[in-house]
Amino acid sequence: MTGRRASGPTAGAEAGTEASPIILELTGVTRVHGEGERRVVALREADLEVRLGELVAVMGPSGSGKSTLLNLAGGLDTPSAGEVRLGRDLLSHLDAAGRAAIRRRRVGYVFQDLNLIPALTAAENVALPRELDGVGVREAREQARSALAEVGVVELADRFPEEMSGGQQQRVAIARALVGPRRLVLADEPTGALDSHTGEAVMRVLRQRIDAGAAGLLVTHDPRFAAWADRTVYLRDGVVVDADRDDRASDLLVGAGRGSGRDRRRGIGPGLDD
Amino acid sequence: MTVRHGLVALLAERPMGVYELRKEFDARTGGTWPLNIGQVYTTIQRLMRDGLVEHVPLEYSHEAGDAEPYRLTEAGYQEADGWWHQPVDRSVPGRDELVIKLALAAASPDVHVPTVVHAQRVESMRALRDYTRLKAREPEHVTTREGLAWSLVLDNLIFTAEAEVRWLDHVEATVARVGALPVPGVAEQGAAAPAPVGASDDSTWTGRGR
Repeated sequence: MTGRRASGPTAGAEAGTEASPIILELTGVTRVHGEGERRVVALREADLEVRLGELVAVMGPSGSGKSTLLNLAGGLDTPSAGEVRLGRDLLSHLDAAGRAAIRRRRVGYVFQDLNLIPALTAAENVALPRELDGVGVREAREQARSALAEVGVVELADRFPEEMSGGQQQRVAIARALVGPRRLVLADEPTGALDSHTGEAVMRVLRQRIDAGAAGLLVTHDPRFAAWADRTVYLRDGVVVDADRDDRASDLLVGAGRGSGRDRRRGIGPGLDD
Repeated sequence: MTVRHGLVALLAERPMGVYELRKEFDARTGGTWPLNIGQVYTTIQRLMRDGLVEHVPLEYSHEAGDAEPYRLTEAGYQEADGWWHQPVDRSVPGRDELVIKLALAAASPDVHVPTVVHAQRVESMRALRDYTRLKAREPEHVTTREGLAWSLVLDNLIFTAEAEVRWLDHVEATVARVGALPVPGVAEQGAAAPAPVGASDDSTWTGRGR
Protein backbone atom coordinates (compact mmCIF):
# COMPACT_ATOMS: atom_id res chain seq x y z
CA MET A 1 0.00 0.00 0.00
CA THR A 2 1.50 3.26 -0.97
CA GLY A 3 0.76 6.93 -0.87
CA ARG A 4 0.76 6.92 -4.62
CA ARG A 5 -1.78 4.21 -5.06
CA ALA A 6 -3.94 5.56 -2.31
CA SER A 7 -4.29 8.73 -4.34
CA GLY A 8 -4.87 6.95 -7.62
CA PRO A 9 -7.96 5.38 -9.09
CA THR A 10 -7.24 2.20 -7.17
CA ALA A 11 -7.81 4.07 -3.92
CA GLY A 12 -10.57 1.58 -3.17
CA ALA A 13 -7.77 -0.90 -2.51
CA GLU A 14 -6.58 1.30 0.35
CA ALA A 15 -7.68 -1.23 2.97
CA GLY A 16 -5.10 -3.69 1.62
CA THR A 17 -3.49 -4.77 -1.58
CA GLU A 18 -5.56 -7.95 -1.31
CA ALA A 19 -8.41 -6.08 -2.96
CA SER A 20 -6.40 -5.40 -6.09
CA PRO A 21 -6.42 -8.30 -8.56
CA ILE A 22 -3.20 -10.14 -9.36
CA ILE A 23 -2.10 -9.48 -12.92
CA LEU A 24 1.11 -11.52 -12.91
CA GLU A 25 2.20 -14.28 -10.58
CA LEU A 26 5.37 -16.35 -10.61
CA THR A 27 5.56 -19.22 -8.14
CA GLY A 28 8.81 -21.12 -7.58
CA VAL A 29 9.96 -20.38 -11.10
CA THR A 30 13.29 -21.89 -12.15
CA ARG A 31 14.84 -21.67 -15.58
CA VAL A 32 17.80 -23.85 -16.50
CA HIS A 33 19.71 -23.54 -19.76
CA GLY A 34 21.90 -26.34 -21.11
CA GLU A 35 22.80 -29.65 -19.52
CA GLY A 36 25.65 -31.33 -17.69
CA GLU A 37 28.84 -29.26 -17.72
CA ARG A 38 27.07 -26.41 -19.50
CA ARG A 39 24.11 -26.33 -17.16
CA VAL A 40 23.33 -22.75 -16.11
CA VAL A 41 20.58 -21.81 -13.71
CA ALA A 42 19.36 -18.48 -15.08
CA LEU A 43 16.62 -18.10 -12.49
CA ARG A 44 16.17 -20.06 -9.27
CA GLU A 45 12.83 -20.53 -7.49
CA ALA A 46 11.63 -17.00 -8.06
CA ASP A 47 8.35 -15.85 -6.53
CA LEU A 48 6.80 -12.63 -7.71
CA GLU A 49 3.39 -11.08 -7.67
CA VAL A 50 2.30 -7.92 -9.48
CA ARG A 51 -1.14 -6.51 -8.82
CA LEU A 52 -3.28 -4.05 -10.71
CA GLY A 53 -1.94 -0.52 -10.15
CA GLU A 54 1.55 -1.80 -9.28
CA LEU A 55 4.85 -1.14 -10.98
CA VAL A 56 7.67 -3.42 -9.84
CA ALA A 57 11.29 -2.69 -10.72
CA VAL A 58 13.82 -5.47 -11.33
CA MET A 59 17.47 -4.60 -10.77
CA GLY A 60 20.70 -6.54 -10.82
CA PRO A 61 24.00 -6.83 -12.69
CA SER A 62 24.25 -8.21 -16.22
CA GLY A 63 23.61 -11.92 -16.28
CA SER A 64 21.68 -11.88 -13.01
CA GLY A 65 18.50 -13.18 -14.63
CA LYS A 66 16.56 -9.97 -15.30
CA SER A 67 15.83 -10.71 -18.94
CA THR A 68 14.99 -14.34 -18.16
CA LEU A 69 12.49 -13.14 -15.59
CA LEU A 70 10.93 -10.74 -18.07
CA ASN A 71 10.72 -13.36 -20.82
CA LEU A 72 9.11 -15.89 -18.51
CA ALA A 73 6.61 -13.28 -17.29
CA GLY A 74 5.61 -12.53 -20.87
CA GLY A 75 5.34 -16.15 -21.95
CA LEU A 76 8.21 -15.79 -24.41
CA ASP A 77 10.07 -18.47 -22.47
CA THR A 78 8.80 -21.39 -20.40
CA PRO A 79 10.06 -22.29 -16.93
CA SER A 80 11.96 -25.51 -16.21
CA ALA A 81 9.97 -25.67 -12.97
CA GLY A 82 7.35 -23.57 -11.27
CA GLU A 83 4.28 -21.71 -12.53
CA VAL A 84 3.61 -18.45 -14.33
CA ARG A 85 0.11 -17.00 -14.31
CA LEU A 86 -1.19 -14.08 -16.29
CA GLY A 87 -4.39 -13.13 -14.54
CA ARG A 88 -6.15 -16.45 -14.08
CA ASP A 89 -4.41 -18.21 -16.93
CA LEU A 90 -1.70 -20.66 -16.10
CA LEU A 91 0.78 -20.31 -18.95
CA SER A 92 2.38 -23.71 -18.38
CA HIS A 93 -0.94 -25.41 -19.15
CA LEU A 94 -1.10 -23.87 -22.61
CA ASP A 95 0.59 -24.88 -25.83
CA ALA A 96 2.65 -22.42 -27.86
CA ALA A 97 -0.36 -21.15 -29.81
CA GLY A 98 -2.38 -20.70 -26.62
CA ARG A 99 0.46 -18.80 -25.00
CA ALA A 100 0.81 -16.57 -28.03
CA ALA A 101 -2.90 -15.73 -27.92
CA ILE A 102 -2.79 -14.89 -24.20
CA ARG A 103 0.29 -12.81 -24.79
CA ARG A 104 -1.32 -10.78 -27.57
CA ARG A 105 -4.33 -10.05 -25.43
CA ARG A 106 -2.73 -9.50 -22.04
CA VAL A 107 0.88 -8.35 -22.34
CA GLY A 108 2.86 -5.65 -24.11
CA TYR A 109 6.56 -4.97 -24.27
CA VAL A 110 8.52 -1.73 -24.27
CA PHE A 111 12.19 -2.06 -25.14
CA GLN A 112 15.04 0.40 -25.07
CA ASP A 113 14.57 1.30 -28.74
CA LEU A 114 13.33 -0.03 -32.07
CA ASN A 115 9.91 -0.58 -30.56
CA LEU A 116 7.85 0.55 -33.52
CA ILE A 117 7.54 -0.72 -37.06
CA PRO A 118 8.99 2.06 -39.23
CA ALA A 119 6.55 1.59 -42.13
CA LEU A 120 3.48 2.05 -39.93
CA THR A 121 2.08 5.21 -38.34
CA ALA A 122 1.77 5.51 -34.56
CA ALA A 123 -1.92 4.55 -34.71
CA GLU A 124 -1.21 1.59 -37.00
CA ASN A 125 1.58 0.41 -34.71
CA VAL A 126 -0.71 0.55 -31.69
CA ALA A 127 -3.62 -1.08 -33.55
CA LEU A 128 -1.51 -3.95 -34.88
CA PRO A 129 -1.73 -6.31 -31.89
CA ARG A 130 -5.52 -5.86 -31.86
CA GLU A 131 -5.79 -6.63 -35.58
CA LEU A 132 -3.56 -9.70 -35.14
CA ASP A 133 -5.96 -10.78 -32.44
CA GLY A 134 -8.84 -10.67 -34.92
CA VAL A 135 -10.41 -7.35 -33.99
CA GLY A 136 -11.86 -5.46 -36.97
CA VAL A 137 -9.71 -2.72 -38.45
CA ARG A 138 -12.04 0.10 -37.49
CA GLU A 139 -12.42 -1.05 -33.89
CA ALA A 140 -8.67 -1.68 -33.61
CA ARG A 141 -8.01 1.88 -34.79
CA GLU A 142 -10.46 3.26 -32.24
CA GLN A 143 -8.78 1.33 -29.46
CA ALA A 144 -5.41 2.57 -30.70
CA ARG A 145 -6.54 6.20 -30.62
CA SER A 146 -7.85 5.87 -27.10
CA ALA A 147 -4.63 4.13 -26.01
CA LEU A 148 -2.64 7.02 -27.53
CA ALA A 149 -4.89 9.53 -25.77
CA GLU A 150 -4.25 7.81 -22.45
CA VAL A 151 -0.55 8.55 -22.72
CA GLY A 152 -1.13 12.06 -24.02
CA VAL A 153 0.03 11.65 -27.63
CA VAL A 154 -3.15 11.29 -29.66
CA GLU A 155 -1.89 14.11 -31.90
CA LEU A 156 0.91 11.81 -33.07
CA ALA A 157 -1.53 9.20 -34.41
CA ASP A 158 -0.69 9.75 -38.07
CA ARG A 159 3.05 10.21 -37.70
CA PHE A 160 5.64 7.67 -38.65
CA PRO A 161 8.28 6.66 -36.07
CA GLU A 162 11.02 8.61 -37.85
CA GLU A 163 8.91 11.74 -37.46
CA MET A 164 8.86 11.38 -33.68
CA SER A 165 11.40 12.04 -30.92
CA GLY A 166 12.72 9.18 -28.82
CA GLY A 167 10.47 10.15 -25.92
CA GLN A 168 7.41 10.30 -28.18
CA GLN A 169 8.20 6.86 -29.60
CA GLN A 170 8.41 5.44 -26.09
CA ARG A 171 5.01 6.92 -25.27
CA VAL A 172 3.56 5.28 -28.36
CA ALA A 173 5.22 2.00 -27.30
CA ILE A 174 3.57 2.30 -23.88
CA ALA A 175 0.23 2.93 -25.59
CA ARG A 176 0.71 -0.21 -27.71
CA ALA A 177 1.77 -2.25 -24.68
CA LEU A 178 -1.52 -1.41 -22.97
CA VAL A 179 -3.93 -1.19 -25.92
CA GLY A 180 -7.40 -2.72 -25.61
CA PRO A 181 -7.62 -5.43 -22.95
CA ARG A 182 -3.88 -5.49 -22.24
CA ARG A 183 -3.09 -4.78 -18.60
CA LEU A 184 0.55 -5.77 -18.19
CA VAL A 185 3.51 -3.85 -19.56
CA LEU A 186 6.93 -5.50 -19.49
CA ALA A 187 9.49 -2.75 -19.89
CA ASP A 188 13.14 -3.57 -20.56
CA GLU A 189 15.29 -0.46 -20.00
CA PRO A 190 12.61 1.77 -21.59
CA THR A 191 14.59 4.89 -20.71
CA GLY A 192 17.95 3.49 -21.77
CA ALA A 193 18.22 5.46 -25.00
CA LEU A 194 16.83 8.71 -23.61
CA ASP A 195 18.41 11.71 -21.91
CA SER A 196 17.59 12.06 -18.24
CA HIS A 197 14.84 14.67 -18.67
CA THR A 198 13.04 12.71 -21.37
CA GLY A 199 13.53 9.49 -19.44
CA GLU A 200 11.85 11.03 -16.46
CA ALA A 201 8.94 12.26 -18.58
CA VAL A 202 8.47 8.73 -19.96
CA MET A 203 8.52 7.26 -16.44
CA ARG A 204 5.92 9.80 -15.40
CA VAL A 205 3.65 8.68 -18.25
CA LEU A 206 4.23 4.99 -17.49
CA ARG A 207 3.45 5.59 -13.83
CA GLN A 208 0.26 7.52 -14.57
CA ARG A 209 -0.88 4.92 -17.07
CA ILE A 210 -0.35 2.13 -14.53
CA ASP A 211 -2.12 4.11 -11.80
CA ALA A 212 -5.04 4.50 -14.18
CA GLY A 213 -5.53 0.73 -14.41
CA ALA A 214 -2.59 -1.45 -15.48
CA ALA A 215 0.45 -3.20 -14.01
CA GLY A 216 4.10 -3.25 -14.97
CA LEU A 217 7.44 -4.95 -14.57
CA LEU A 218 10.37 -2.62 -15.18
CA VAL A 219 13.90 -3.86 -15.77
CA THR A 220 16.38 -1.05 -15.26
CA HIS A 221 19.92 -0.53 -14.02
CA ASP A 222 19.16 3.06 -13.08
CA PRO A 223 18.04 3.58 -9.48
CA ARG A 224 16.49 6.91 -10.35
CA PHE A 225 14.05 5.26 -12.75
CA ALA A 226 13.51 2.24 -10.48
CA ALA A 227 12.38 4.75 -7.87
CA TRP A 228 9.19 5.31 -9.89
CA ALA A 229 8.17 1.74 -9.05
CA ASP A 230 6.29 0.67 -5.92
CA ARG A 231 9.04 -1.74 -5.00
CA THR A 232 12.26 -3.21 -6.30
CA VAL A 233 13.30 -6.82 -6.73
CA TYR A 234 17.08 -7.36 -6.77
CA LEU A 235 18.51 -10.31 -8.64
CA ARG A 236 21.96 -11.81 -8.09
CA ASP A 237 23.00 -14.90 -10.05
CA GLY A 238 19.40 -15.83 -10.71
CA VAL A 239 18.29 -15.46 -7.11
CA VAL A 240 16.01 -12.80 -5.69
CA VAL A 241 18.23 -11.42 -2.92
CA ASP A 242 16.17 -8.58 -1.54
CA ALA A 243 12.64 -7.68 -2.32
CA ASP A 244 11.90 -4.48 -0.52
CA ARG A 245 8.28 -4.00 0.25
CA ASP A 246 6.55 -0.82 1.19
CA ASP A 247 4.91 -2.20 4.29
CA ARG A 248 6.57 0.38 6.45
CA ALA A 249 4.89 3.76 6.65
CA SER A 250 7.28 6.30 5.36
CA ASP A 251 8.31 9.05 7.73
CA LEU A 252 8.98 11.27 4.78
CA LEU A 253 5.43 11.23 3.59
CA VAL A 254 3.57 11.55 6.84
CA GLY A 255 0.88 14.11 6.22
CA ALA A 256 1.92 14.47 2.61
CA GLY A 257 -0.83 14.94 0.11
CA ARG A 258 -3.08 16.57 2.64
CA GLY A 259 -3.49 20.28 2.98
CA SER A 260 -1.93 22.44 0.40
CA GLY A 261 1.10 24.51 -0.35
CA ARG A 262 4.26 23.95 1.55
CA ASP A 263 2.83 22.35 4.67
CA ARG A 264 2.79 18.99 2.93
CA ARG A 265 6.49 19.20 2.25
CA ARG A 266 7.55 20.16 5.69
CA GLY A 267 10.71 18.72 7.00
CA ILE A 268 11.90 16.00 4.68
CA GLY A 269 15.57 16.94 4.70
CA PRO A 270 18.38 16.52 7.19
CA GLY A 271 18.70 19.14 9.90
CA LEU A 272 20.66 22.32 9.38
CA ASP A 273 23.45 23.69 11.48
CA ASP A 274 23.17 27.28 12.37
CA MET B 1 24.41 25.80 4.02
CA THR B 2 23.85 27.66 7.21
CA VAL B 3 20.81 29.33 8.63
CA ARG B 4 22.98 32.39 9.21
CA HIS B 5 23.75 32.89 5.54
CA GLY B 6 20.20 32.11 4.53
CA LEU B 7 18.82 34.81 6.78
CA VAL B 8 21.38 37.36 5.62
CA ALA B 9 20.45 36.58 2.00
CA LEU B 10 16.74 37.08 2.75
CA LEU B 11 17.33 40.36 4.60
CA ALA B 12 19.28 41.64 1.60
CA GLU B 13 15.92 41.81 -0.22
CA ARG B 14 14.03 43.77 2.43
CA PRO B 15 13.72 44.16 6.20
CA MET B 16 11.79 41.34 7.87
CA GLY B 17 10.83 40.19 11.36
CA VAL B 18 11.62 36.72 12.72
CA TYR B 19 8.25 35.22 11.77
CA GLU B 20 8.46 36.46 8.22
CA LEU B 21 12.07 35.28 7.95
CA ARG B 22 11.09 31.81 9.02
CA LYS B 23 8.17 31.74 6.62
CA GLU B 24 10.25 32.92 3.67
CA PHE B 25 13.10 30.53 4.41
CA ASP B 26 10.70 27.59 4.45
CA ALA B 27 8.93 28.74 1.31
CA ARG B 28 12.10 29.08 -0.71
CA THR B 29 13.63 25.79 0.32
CA GLY B 30 10.42 23.86 -0.10
CA GLY B 31 10.11 23.39 3.65
CA THR B 32 12.88 20.81 3.45
CA TRP B 33 14.80 22.15 6.44
CA PRO B 34 12.12 23.73 8.61
CA LEU B 35 13.40 26.26 11.13
CA ASN B 36 11.88 26.87 14.51
CA ILE B 37 11.32 30.41 15.60
CA GLY B 38 13.86 30.15 18.42
CA GLN B 39 16.54 29.16 15.92
CA VAL B 40 15.75 32.21 13.79
CA TYR B 41 15.72 34.46 16.83
CA THR B 42 19.05 33.15 18.17
CA THR B 43 20.68 33.50 14.77
CA ILE B 44 19.45 37.09 14.44
CA GLN B 45 20.87 37.87 17.88
CA ARG B 46 24.27 36.56 16.78
CA LEU B 47 24.11 38.53 13.53
CA MET B 48 23.36 41.67 15.56
CA ARG B 49 26.27 40.93 17.89
CA ASP B 50 28.53 40.60 14.84
CA GLY B 51 27.32 43.92 13.44
CA LEU B 52 25.66 42.47 10.31
CA VAL B 53 22.04 43.13 11.29
CA GLU B 54 20.28 45.95 13.13
CA HIS B 55 16.78 46.89 14.22
CA VAL B 56 14.79 48.96 11.78
CA PRO B 57 14.30 52.36 13.44
CA LEU B 58 10.82 52.43 14.95
CA GLU B 59 9.25 55.07 12.67
CA TYR B 60 9.87 52.84 9.61
CA SER B 61 8.45 49.69 11.14
CA HIS B 62 4.76 49.36 10.71
CA GLU B 63 4.10 45.62 10.19
CA ALA B 64 1.55 44.73 12.82
CA GLY B 65 2.19 41.50 14.71
CA ASP B 66 5.81 41.30 13.67
CA ALA B 67 6.99 44.02 15.99
CA GLU B 68 10.74 43.99 15.42
CA PRO B 69 11.84 44.05 11.81
CA TYR B 70 15.55 43.68 11.15
CA ARG B 71 17.66 44.97 8.32
CA LEU B 72 21.23 44.50 7.15
CA THR B 73 23.99 46.90 8.03
CA GLU B 74 26.55 47.87 5.38
CA ALA B 75 28.71 44.98 6.61
CA GLY B 76 25.63 42.72 6.31
CA TYR B 77 25.17 43.63 2.64
CA GLN B 78 28.81 42.86 2.00
CA GLU B 79 28.37 39.49 3.73
CA ALA B 80 25.33 38.67 1.55
CA ASP B 81 27.15 39.66 -1.62
CA GLY B 82 30.20 37.67 -0.62
CA TRP B 83 28.11 34.57 0.08
CA TRP B 84 26.55 34.46 -3.39
CA HIS B 85 29.88 34.83 -5.09
CA GLN B 86 32.04 32.58 -2.97
CA PRO B 87 31.85 28.86 -3.75
CA VAL B 88 30.76 26.59 -0.93
CA ASP B 89 33.86 25.03 0.62
CA ARG B 90 34.20 21.40 -0.45
CA SER B 91 37.78 20.83 0.67
CA VAL B 92 36.70 19.02 3.82
CA PRO B 93 34.33 16.09 3.20
CA GLY B 94 31.24 16.01 5.38
CA ARG B 95 31.10 13.33 8.03
CA ASP B 96 28.79 10.72 6.57
CA GLU B 97 27.77 7.92 8.92
CA LEU B 98 27.23 5.46 6.09
CA VAL B 99 30.66 6.01 4.56
CA ILE B 100 32.31 5.65 7.95
CA LYS B 101 30.26 2.54 8.73
CA LEU B 102 31.16 0.80 5.47
CA ALA B 103 34.81 1.80 5.69
CA LEU B 104 34.98 0.25 9.15
CA ALA B 105 32.97 -2.78 8.00
CA ALA B 106 35.28 -3.39 5.04
CA ALA B 107 38.35 -3.37 7.29
CA SER B 108 36.80 -5.59 9.93
CA PRO B 109 37.14 -9.39 9.71
CA ASP B 110 33.96 -9.78 11.77
CA VAL B 111 31.46 -8.01 9.55
CA HIS B 112 29.84 -9.39 6.41
CA VAL B 113 29.88 -6.32 4.17
CA PRO B 114 27.27 -7.53 1.62
CA THR B 115 24.72 -7.88 4.42
CA VAL B 116 25.35 -4.31 5.49
CA VAL B 117 25.11 -3.15 1.86
CA HIS B 118 21.86 -4.98 1.22
CA ALA B 119 20.10 -3.57 4.25
CA GLN B 120 21.27 -0.08 3.38
CA ARG B 121 20.26 -0.37 -0.27
CA VAL B 122 16.69 -1.23 0.67
CA GLU B 123 16.61 1.84 2.92
CA SER B 124 18.29 4.20 0.43
CA MET B 125 16.03 2.97 -2.35
CA ARG B 126 13.02 3.64 -0.15
CA ALA B 127 14.19 7.22 0.41
CA LEU B 128 14.77 7.64 -3.34
CA ARG B 129 11.28 6.31 -4.03
CA ASP B 130 9.73 8.67 -1.51
CA TYR B 131 11.44 11.70 -3.06
CA THR B 132 10.36 10.48 -6.50
CA ARG B 133 6.76 10.28 -5.30
CA LEU B 134 6.94 13.85 -4.11
CA LYS B 135 8.28 14.77 -7.53
CA ALA B 136 5.51 12.86 -9.30
CA ARG B 137 2.98 15.01 -7.42
CA GLU B 138 4.47 18.22 -8.73
CA PRO B 139 3.44 19.51 -12.15
CA GLU B 140 5.83 18.49 -14.92
CA HIS B 141 6.53 22.12 -15.80
CA VAL B 142 7.38 24.67 -13.13
CA THR B 143 5.44 27.93 -13.24
CA THR B 144 6.32 29.74 -10.00
CA ARG B 145 9.54 30.83 -8.31
CA GLU B 146 8.62 28.87 -5.24
CA GLY B 147 7.91 25.83 -7.39
CA LEU B 148 11.28 26.22 -9.07
CA ALA B 149 13.12 26.43 -5.74
CA TRP B 150 11.31 23.37 -4.42
CA SER B 151 11.91 21.33 -7.58
CA LEU B 152 15.63 22.08 -7.43
CA VAL B 153 15.84 21.08 -3.77
CA LEU B 154 13.93 17.88 -4.54
CA ASP B 155 16.19 17.08 -7.49
CA ASN B 156 19.19 17.45 -5.20
CA LEU B 157 17.71 14.97 -2.73
CA ILE B 158 17.02 12.57 -5.62
CA PHE B 159 20.51 12.92 -7.11
CA THR B 160 22.10 12.40 -3.70
CA ALA B 161 20.03 9.30 -2.93
CA GLU B 162 20.74 7.94 -6.42
CA ALA B 163 24.48 8.47 -5.96
CA GLU B 164 24.29 6.59 -2.68
CA VAL B 165 22.54 3.59 -4.27
CA ARG B 166 25.10 3.53 -7.09
CA TRP B 167 27.94 3.71 -4.60
CA LEU B 168 26.44 0.80 -2.65
CA ASP B 169 26.34 -1.28 -5.87
CA HIS B 170 29.96 -0.36 -6.40
CA VAL B 171 30.91 -1.33 -2.85
CA GLU B 172 29.20 -4.70 -3.23
CA ALA B 173 30.87 -5.44 -6.57
CA THR B 174 34.30 -4.32 -5.34
CA VAL B 175 34.14 -6.35 -2.14
CA ALA B 176 33.06 -9.42 -4.13
CA ARG B 177 35.89 -8.95 -6.65
CA VAL B 178 38.57 -8.42 -4.04
CA GLY B 179 37.45 -11.45 -2.03
CA ALA B 180 39.00 -12.43 1.30
CA LEU B 181 41.97 -10.31 2.37
CA PRO B 182 44.53 -11.24 5.01
CA VAL B 183 43.79 -9.84 8.43
CA PRO B 184 46.89 -8.13 9.90
CA GLY B 185 48.31 -9.96 12.89
CA VAL B 186 46.16 -13.06 12.58
CA ALA B 187 47.38 -14.35 9.23
CA GLU B 188 49.45 -17.04 10.96
CA GLN B 189 46.40 -18.53 12.65
CA GLY B 190 45.25 -20.01 9.38
CA ALA B 191 41.65 -20.78 8.52
CA ALA B 192 40.37 -21.06 12.06
CA ALA B 193 38.59 -17.72 11.90
CA PRO B 194 34.94 -17.71 13.00
CA ALA B 195 32.18 -16.92 10.49
CA PRO B 196 31.67 -13.18 10.12
CA VAL B 197 28.78 -11.49 11.86
CA GLY B 198 25.68 -11.37 9.71
CA ALA B 199 26.89 -14.00 7.24
CA SER B 200 23.86 -15.88 6.08
CA ASP B 201 23.68 -19.34 4.66
CA ASP B 202 23.21 -17.76 1.25
CA SER B 203 26.49 -18.64 -0.41
CA THR B 204 25.67 -16.54 -3.47
CA TRP B 205 26.63 -13.43 -1.52
CA THR B 206 30.20 -14.34 -0.82
CA GLY B 207 33.23 -14.03 -2.97
CA ARG B 208 31.64 -14.70 -6.33
CA GLY B 209 33.55 -12.59 -8.79
CA ARG B 210 31.61 -10.87 -11.52
